[in-house]
Amino acid sequence: MDYETVRHAADSWGLVYLFVLFVGVIAYTFRPGGKKAADDAANIPLKEDK
Amino acid sequence: MKLTLQVIALAIAAVVALIGAAQGADALFRAHSWVLLLVLVLTAFFLLSRGQSRTVDSTGEVGYMDGPIRYGVVATVFWGIVGFLVGVVIASQLAFPALNFEPYLNFGRVRPLHTSAVIFAFGGNALLCTSFYVVQRTCRARLFGGDAAWFVFWGYQLFIVLAATGYLLGVTQSKEYAEPEWYVDLWLTIVWVVYLIVFLGTILKRKEPHIYVANWFYLAFIVTIAMLHVVNNLSLPVSFLGSVSYSAFAGVQDALTQWWYGHNAVGFFLTAGFLGMMYYFMPKQAERPVYSYRLSIIHFWALIFLYIWAGPHHLHYTALPDWAQTLGMVFSIMLWMPSWGGMINGLMTLSGAWDKLRTDPIIRMMVIAVAFYGMSTFEGPMMSIKAVNSLSHYTDWTIGHVHSGALGWVGMITFGAIYFLVPRLWGRKQLYSLRLVNWHLWLATLGIVVYAAVMWVSGITQGLMWREYDAEGFLVYSFAESVQAMHPYFVIRTLGGLLYLIGALVMAYNLVQTIRGRVRDEAPLVTAHAAPAE
Repeated sequence: MDYETVRHAADSWGLVYLFVLFVGVIAYTFRPGGKKAADDAANIPLKEDK
Repeated sequence: MKLTLQVIALAIAAVVALIGAAQGADALFRAHSWVLLLVLVLTAFFLLSRGQSRTVDSTGEVGYMDGPIRYGVVATVFWGIVGFLVGVVIASQLAFPALNFEPYLNFGRVRPLHTSAVIFAFGGNALLCTSFYVVQRTCRARLFGGDAAWFVFWGYQLFIVLAATGYLLGVTQSKEYAEPEWYVDLWLTIVWVVYLIVFLGTILKRKEPHIYVANWFYLAFIVTIAMLHVVNNLSLPVSFLGSVSYSAFAGVQDALTQWWYGHNAVGFFLTAGFLGMMYYFMPKQAERPVYSYRLSIIHFWALIFLYIWAGPHHLHYTALPDWAQTLGMVFSIMLWMPSWGGMINGLMTLSGAWDKLRTDPIIRMMVIAVAFYGMSTFEGPMMSIKAVNSLSHYTDWTIGHVHSGALGWVGMITFGAIYFLVPRLWGRKQLYSLRLVNWHLWLATLGIVVYAAVMWVSGITQGLMWREYDAEGFLVYSFAESVQAMHPYFVIRTLGGLLYLIGALVMAYNLVQTIRGRVRDEAPLVTAHAAPAE
């Protein structure tokens, strides 16, 4: 596996992989029902007993 | 029993240090081994004189483990003051070169002492102790690994002492923010892996189903720093017991590896870690949840995906291929979006509770921190643009930029977190004095503003002087003339740093009194008639 192979893997499929992953994460964050889950999570620090 | 084991471990380490002191291949390694031996012996005496009392907090599985956090808070304040003081010293050395005392205390050796003291000793201890605090509270679980957290704390202090004494002795591998030599790097790697195990183990045994976003930022910081530290420090020691090593990379590859490390130290140490602090302590102090949790998730992932590519902007107009420079610039500019998203998220957490800005100096401190986060993450991408960089690079503008981020963002959010933590960790109802917090706030803010403004003027002056050509195409100014022109700015910059240091001393006094359980007899900050409408 020489430098050229790694480089071409990075700027083709590697790029696509990271981009799709990123878009997927954003889409998942805005999924239906995501707001309720997010609001619950946001209150985690405030509902401590101690 | 535990004490016996600890002393035996120290004795074994002391024997290793003694071998290094006797058999070291060069004088520096032998001197550094003596330092290590001294530290180990002092630690053994300290442990023996204290007996078993220290271990009270770390027995059993009941409650949170706060012992290492208390020590971490004290270490943060102590190293902070050391780091700021050394900063004032080197600023004075630049203004008055006679203050360079050869060989141990010249600028070249003391400058890395300053950067490592503030970044790794002050910032690192702040991240260690707040991450241990936050992960326990948001996971509702005691720290994983029992005494491993103590090992992380003390192991990290040993790393700091070895790094700092190494710099003064002249042991360095000459990589910015990664100056410690191979044997100190190996020690930090061990400590860091244990840190990761403690943090991750606590997350794995959590009772809260969701992992709160602050822990994502802390975990990203721990994992990425491990990766950066190991790769950038890949090197071959010249001898088994010697203080010299050579990097595994050569030429421009070495430079790129260094700045991939260097910029992500900014991105993941000084940004991601402290954002974890912001996402926990700001909602706690404001007593409101973060403005938008979904924005915080996008903030996290955008930062992670973008930051890692920004390093090449440190190598504009060098032997680095042009496409790599442009790549670094483009990713730096894209960082505007998550950075400002995060800043807005932090500030808007106060939405509906803006009166706290008037009544609570700790919130004020956090807001100023987030404002400086916004300002320095605006300035940084701008400076990464090649045309701007051709003026700003190698000048004091860079120094000013770093300090608005470090003093403004990292320092202020840490102070805010510490003021939040100390009364809770030592079981006090309140701080000794809120008025002193206010004094600290304004001393520090004034110090930063003076420092950053002066460095802008001095940096742009330098940049313009260096590129000034006359009609025949000759440079108008010699380098020494540009240095001479800096003198007044260097003096004012020292004063800015001094204000910041005085602010930190006020904090230390306030905290010591708080820990002693005292409350200052003072008029409240806000008078009754100004009370907010509920």
